[in-house]
Order: sequence, then structure tokens, then C-alpha cells
Amino acid sequence: MKPKVAFFDFAGCEGDQLQIANLEEDLLALLGQVEVVTFREVMKEQSDNYDIAFIEGSCTRLQDEDRLKQIRRNAKIVVAIGSCATIGGINCIRNYKDLDTVKKMVYGENAKLFDSYAARAIDAVIPVDAYVHGCPIDREDFLQVVKSLLVGKKPDMPTYPVCVECKKNENVCAFERGQYCVGTVTRAGCNSCCVNEGTICWGCRGLVDNPNENSHKEVLIKYGLTVDDAIAKFRLYFGWQEAKR
Amino acid sequence: MNKPNVEVNVHHITRVEGHGNIHVQIKEGVVEKCEWTIPEAPRFFEAMVVGRSWHELHHITSRICGICSIGHTLASLKATESAMGIAISEQDLKLRKLALHGENLQSHILHLGFLVLPDLMGVGSVIPLASTNLAEVKTVLQLHRTANEMSNLICGRTTHPQRLIPGGFSKIPSINELTTLRKKLQNSIPSIQKTAELIKTLASKLPDFERETEFIALTSPDEYALYDGKLGSTDTESVPVKDYLSFTNEYVVPQSTAKWAKHVRNSYMVGALARLNINYKLLSPMAQETAKDFNLSPVCHNPFMNSVAQLVEIVHSVEDAIRLISELEAAGLKPQPDYNKPEIKVKAGQGVGAVEVPRGVLFHDYTYNDKGVCTKANCIIPTNQNHANIQADMSALVPSIAEKSQKEIELTLEMLVRAYDPCISCSTHALKVRFE
Repeated sequence: MKPKVAFFDFAGCEGDQLQIANLEEDLLALLGQVEVVTFREVMKEQSDNYDIAFIEGSCTRLQDEDRLKQIRRNAKIVVAIGSCATIGGINCIRNYKDLDTVKKMVYGENAKLFDSYAARAIDAVIPVDAYVHGCPIDREDFLQVVKSLLVGKKPDMPTYPVCVECKKNENVCAFERGQYCVGTVTRAGCNSCCVNEGTICWGCRGLVDNPNENSHKEVLIKYGLTVDDAIAKFRLYFGWQEAKR
Repeated sequence: MNKPNVEVNVHHITRVEGHGNIHVQIKEGVVEKCEWTIPEAPRFFEAMVVGRSWHELHHITSRICGICSIGHTLASLKATESAMGIAISEQDLKLRKLALHGENLQSHILHLGFLVLPDLMGVGSVIPLASTNLAEVKTVLQLHRTANEMSNLICGRTTHPQRLIPGGFSKIPSINELTTLRKKLQNSIPSIQKTAELIKTLASKLPDFERETEFIALTSPDEYALYDGKLGSTDTESVPVKDYLSFTNEYVVPQSTAKWAKHVRNSYMVGALARLNINYKLLSPMAQETAKDFNLSPVCHNPFMNSVAQLVEIVHSVEDAIRLISELEAAGLKPQPDYNKPEIKVKAGQGVGAVEVPRGVLFHDYTYNDKGVCTKANCIIPTNQNHANIQADMSALVPSIAEKSQKEIELTLEMLVRAYDPCISCSTHALKVRFE
């Protein structure tokens, strides 16, 4: 029997589910190995009977916790896909602001009608078995995780920072170019894709386990950068992880 | 004959982006309730960007939508560039137009092939079609991949692009890569024609429903406006984009928490059909032929034809992208430094950026202080401009189909919503629509 899989989304842009649609021909191959029973974005049929649940998006309100807990009860394996789900992601920028002010800024006098709390990663609400990091996720990375799960293995996750991959790719360091970059403390696995495209690492895969903060501070001093520069960039993607620390 | 009692409750309509619900109640043939509601979790982007720096805004607001992240990035860059008086080169302008074509292609192909086609073929998703109609599915996948390769080449990624930055590009493709892309696009034309023929054999399944409404889209005398233009309407004269608020007029309906948009009528429609209705004459020659094939000409008031308008735009985007690349090839590509970072003179100001994204016209409006920190932001996305029109269509459509079975009513209403290709997760303003 093919394992049954289901896809769910919470507060996010659905860009990670799009990467799965973007697998193109590989998607057909994947459909040969698993049976998709729920995927609201692309199919009408729905079922509560599934083995693996893929969850995109952050949890941003109390009412969504029940739905998450139900998914956890139904599924043998829960996989968080994309930064919003794995680390809370960009949604957590607003956690640094007063929630009432945030709500009023967007909804004015109707603010009280919108239920919301601090944005958080999925594992803040339910246990998560595997992670596909990134904003958006990398299609190959997703396939690797699925392959591991199908053979009953725990997927590998790099424990070193993006800097390692970036050096291997022989990029000119963003700091040398006068830009602030968080590749020194961000979990690798993206092959430093953003720096390869001429920009910086924004931190979308989250803080690496045991980030070397002292060496990061040394980098700041060496390049004449301020703690404010660092705080601003840390608050782009690391909000929930920082709050936990 | 007994008048029917029918109840339709579609909780979280499928095959659309984001969460929306349909509720209809018919008692003894009389429509008592007909509601289109949006339960999507609000994400507060306009508050998130306040306090952030000018060089991060496009990165953050790209995350409003995974499907049209290139469009959000471009609208964001245009707003920042307009606020600070930054100009971009002719070459970068052409590359940005290519980026937009790539995304429109990707999104339209996904919508037509994966989300609309199953309704027309009487199945619940594209998955069973992979066994019954493998050749057709493969054609759609191949077109989709070409569109993604195009976005990847121009933007450095298909979703949440990296190369698009204030003032230009951090990295540009080589002329050889562009030539390869042009050839690929040329080779994709027969596949597009095949897909058009398939859709034509199924077009009779699109409901024959009309309701007069206003259409709004960017418009320009020089081209089928996507990247730039004035704000045009089928009802009124056009206005400069900076006056967008006089068109969007978000308002709150009594007994509801809804922010709806209205211009001269109670609702208006944006998207492929709106663009086609306003800018038909500027479609590429092959695209006009495709429109004629489907008897689609301005002004068409059948919202279900939005899907056909998307097909016409697929043809247009391919043809226009080939033209743009040929121009770049003829002019030769001006090289730029690696890790390019255009010199920007930061200054205080306010600017509006508008672009046509797959689902319609999108506005980003930012105010910056003299340090280049954002102090105020407003984003108005296409789907929110369409919600009132979806509701009005539903209210007009339901009485005419009230005698049909629950299943037929449900399918017709789902098809109506899908025709708009709504992108609800873009809810920068969430909506709760009530129609009493």
C-alpha cells in the first residue's frame, strides 16, 4: 500500500506548496510512490486518513491550534515545510511590535475583530518529526526528505552555516562588499543560493544549532558594523527562535 | 412542482490559493442566503514593514504571495524607486518586463491546467488526468516548466526572486542564455496551440452567464500594459497611478467587517479579462487570433471567460517575450559588475508602484523618512479588489440556477470563484464578506 500524504496550510504565502507543483515531471514520479489524499490547493477530494502530513505556514492564532492538534492525531509523521512552518519565518517580524498597534495599523477601527497572537513555528504547538527549511523550500531538498521518510529514515539536516557552502561556491563575501549578511549563523542546505544570485543571506533557513555568536561579533567589529545592523537582520527570520532562546 | 430547498456549504473551497467559503441557502426556490466569506488568517504585512529599511522592503513584501512573488517584488521596487526618484536603465526595464511575463505564464498555466481543467473534464483534480490524459498533462507540465525556467533565468529563482533589487538587477543573464530561452519559447508555441484546442473543445462547459460590471486595469498607448501604465477603466477616463485611491475606494459595508473596493459601481473586476477588455487592440497578433477563436472580444461581461482571457494572455506573453529578447539580442547586452548594487541616494518621500500581476492590478504605496526607513505602507492586492464583484456575481447567478441540484449549484459557484483565480493568502487586509 502506498503511504497516504496530506498537505495543509496556515499563515503563509503557499509558495512552498507551489514548489511541489513546480516539481513538474518529478511530481508524476512522486505520485507513483505516494497517494495524495488531501491537497486543498490542487484537489477537491479530502480525507482525514493519512500517514504523512506536510504543513506550510505559521500558527498565528489560538483557533488554529485545534486544527494542528487534529492533524497531529491523524498523522504518523508531521513534516514542517518552509520557513513560516519550520522557524516562524517572516511572520515573526511583527512579534517585535505591540500586537494591538499592529492590528490597528492594518484594520483601523475593525482591529478587534481580527483574532491573532504572536506568530510561531509549528513545533511551538505540536511535535514535528521532520523539517524542510527555506523560503521557499528547495524542490530537491523536499524530494530528499520525502525519499528518506519513505524508507523510514530520519532526513539529514546540515548542522553548519551557509558560510561553508558560500566559500565552496567561491562567492565574494557580502561583508567584503560592504553588506551585512547572516550566512555566518544561518543553517546551510540552500547551497548559498541568494549570495550566488548577487545578494546576501537573509537567514530564511533559521539559526544553525549552536551558532558561533562570538565569531559573528568579531565579524561585526572587523567590518565596522553596529549591533543595530545585526538586530535588524536577525529580526527578519529569527524572531521565534530568538524568543525561545 | 415543488420548489426545491437547497443548501450549499463549501467550507474552504479547493483548487484556489488561500481559504474561502461559499454559503447558499435556498428555501422553496427563493434564495435566502448567498455568501462568499474569507476566513484566512491575517498577516499584517503593512505593519511588518514599518520600521524596516528601503533595501529590505521588496524582500519582505515578496512573501505576501508565493504565486505572484515576482509581481509583489516589482510593485514594491517601483514604489521605493518612485519615492526616492530612482530611474532604471532601458535594459533593466526590458528584463523586468520579461520577469513579469515569466510569472504571468507560470501562474496562468498552473491555473488553467491544474485548477480549471479538472472542472471542465469532470474530475476532482489533475491527478486522475495523469492516468487518463497523460499526453495533455505532460504538455501542460512542459509549458509550466518553460515558464519557470524563464523566471529562474531572469530573477535567479521562480519564487521569491533574488536578482530584482532597487535600481536594477544584482545579476543578469548572459545573451546566450537569453537566446536559448527565446528558442524554447518559440518551440513552445505548438504546445500552447494544442492546449488551446483542448480547451476549445471544452469551452461549452463554461457557463453562459453575464452581469454588467466595471473593469479596471493598467493601460498604455504603447503596449498591452503589464509593467507600467495609467489606471484605466471601462467606465471612466484613466488616471495616473499615484491617484489609485480614487479608484480603489476601500469601504466598509454596514453589518459587515468587509473592506470592499468600488469605483463608479458597487464593485469592479480586475485580472486577465479586465486587461483584455481595456487593452484588446494591443494584444500580440497571435493572441488576438486566439481571442477570436473563442469569440472573446471587448467588452465581455462573462466572468467565467477570465480563464479564456488567461489563455489569450499566455499566447501574448510568449510572443511579447520573444520580441523583447530579440530586441536585447539586437542591441547587445550591456555588462554589469558582479554582485551589482546600484548607487541609491536615500531620501524621504512617498511613492506608489503598480503592476499587473496574474490576478489583476496590484498597488504598493510606501512612505520613507530621510534615513530610508519605512514609516507607512499600503498594499492593495487584486483579489481583494475582486471580492465584491465575486459576491455580486454570485448573488446574480444563484437565482438563475436555483432550480438545479445542490451538486450542480455547488460546482457552478466553485467554478465562478475559480474563474477569478483568487489568491486569498495575499490577504493584507482580510475580508469577511456578508451580503444580506
